[in-house]
Amino acid sequence: MQERIDEEKPKEAASEIPKKPEKLLAFPHLVFKEFIALMLVSLVLIIISMVLNAPLEEIATPTKTPNPAKAPWYFVGLQEMLVYFDPWIAGVMIPILIIIGLMAIPFVDKNLKGVGIYCFRERKFAFVIFTIGIVAWFGLIIFGCYFRGPSWLLYLPWESWDIHKPVISKGTYILPLFVGLPAMIGYYILGMWLPILFARNFYKTLGSTSYFITMFFILSMFGFLGKIPLRFVFDIKYIIHTPWFSI
Amino acid sequence: MIKGLKRFTEWLVHTQIWSSIFRQGWPDTERNRILTILNTCLFHLHPLKVRTHGLKVKYTFCLGGVSLFLFIVETITGVLLMFYYRPTVEYAYQDMKDLEFAVTFGLFLRNMHRWAAHGMVLTVILHMCRVFYTGSYKPPREYNWCIGVSLLVLTLLLSFTGYLLPWDQLAFWAVTVGTNMAKATPLMGAEGPFHILSEMSDMCFYLRGSVDISENTLLRFYVLHCIALPLAAVGLMGIHFWRVRKDGGISGPL
Repeated sequence: MQERIDEEKPKEAASEIPKKPEKLLAFPHLVFKEFIALMLVSLVLIIISMVLNAPLEEIATPTKTPNPAKAPWYFVGLQEMLVYFDPWIAGVMIPILIIIGLMAIPFVDKNLKGVGIYCFRERKFAFVIFTIGIVAWFGLIIFGCYFRGPSWLLYLPWESWDIHKPVISKGTYILPLFVGLPAMIGYYILGMWLPILFARNFYKTLGSTSYFITMFFILSMFGFLGKIPLRFVFDIKYIIHTPWFSI
Repeated sequence: MIKGLKRFTEWLVHTQIWSSIFRQGWPDTERNRILTILNTCLFHLHPLKVRTHGLKVKYTFCLGGVSLFLFIVETITGVLLMFYYRPTVEYAYQDMKDLEFAVTFGLFLRNMHRWAAHGMVLTVILHMCRVFYTGSYKPPREYNWCIGVSLLVLTLLLSFTGYLLPWDQLAFWAVTVGTNMAKATPLMGAEGPFHILSEMSDMCFYLRGSVDISENTLLRFYVLHCIALPLAAVGLMGIHFWRVRKDGGISGPL
């Protein structure tokens, strides 16, 4: 009886078109891969922990400020922004906007294509904007970690921190309010209006709410990053300066 | 030899001890493999079947799983470190030195905790990138993406609160720089725009438990680092993984 069934089986299989199975059992296919990944990570972690010692400096002394005092690497990007902005923007507004902006992504992205594959062609816009953000974030971190020395001055990674460096200007020009305020408002209005005129399709597919939210975050991101060249090229300290706050 | 091994397995899986632990037979048949996933507490988070494209290492790079694994490493090494660490200005730094010179494998333990923490920050960020680039945040997964962002924030906070605990110069000043930012919060910071609170009651004060970084700060960061934030992270992780299943498993082409 057993033999008969075995004989019949290949016939049946041959009559069907051989198809790659869409789904596989989690055990063993997924579980084993997870196990291998787990072993590899453990191995790497154990080797690193044996070779590299975690830093431990001398005991904390509140009266002895090290120069420079750097934040942990994942916050160095924000610390680097402190050069260009006051702390309430660099340390509070930027992180809050990043978190809200990230959370807003799935709600404003109306493009339903490109799910489940690494696909640039079907979602160029989202791809480019997100990549700019990530690259800028890591760029600022790398710059702050390796190119900043005492007093947050510019030092190349191989340069000794004992070399005397001229003080970099923290910006000298403060735009008067009647120039700065219209410039800033103009930046946002033009930034939101021009795509409506020239990329009407983009505006229509998003719908007005999503469009304005998207554009606000994108313009803010480019605005924050845009102040870096403004500082280096035009030596601008503040775009808007009031007795209460400055941007 | 192989026959012997087979006989041994056959005997083993029929012992009372084995069958009391594992609720199904040896997973060499389809039925038993399905039961392995269904019946094992550790595996029950997994779906029974996975789409083949999601199995490719090149698709996920195992980043989410590695993040979870590093979190578990952090928990284990962290608990062990807690045996040797007292969060007071008097002892904290001394205990670091003891870990290095007196405790067996103390330095290794601390190294592992430190590097796994850096690794976890990195893998969580990369996991977010992977999810973005594969469009895995799109409906119906919007909410899970938000939980993921919260988990990223929690990871950063966990790492940051842990940074102070060694109580060395690096820790002290990095946290000084970090918490100083809170002073600049609009309205609620003593030096921020439109500030209405004094230095004794602003955001920075509540973060530090004092005007400057002190023993209060150390205790606050210790409790946050060891209890509050890990609990929050575990809770959100539970929802995160549950939602991955409920939202139709790991993202695939529609």
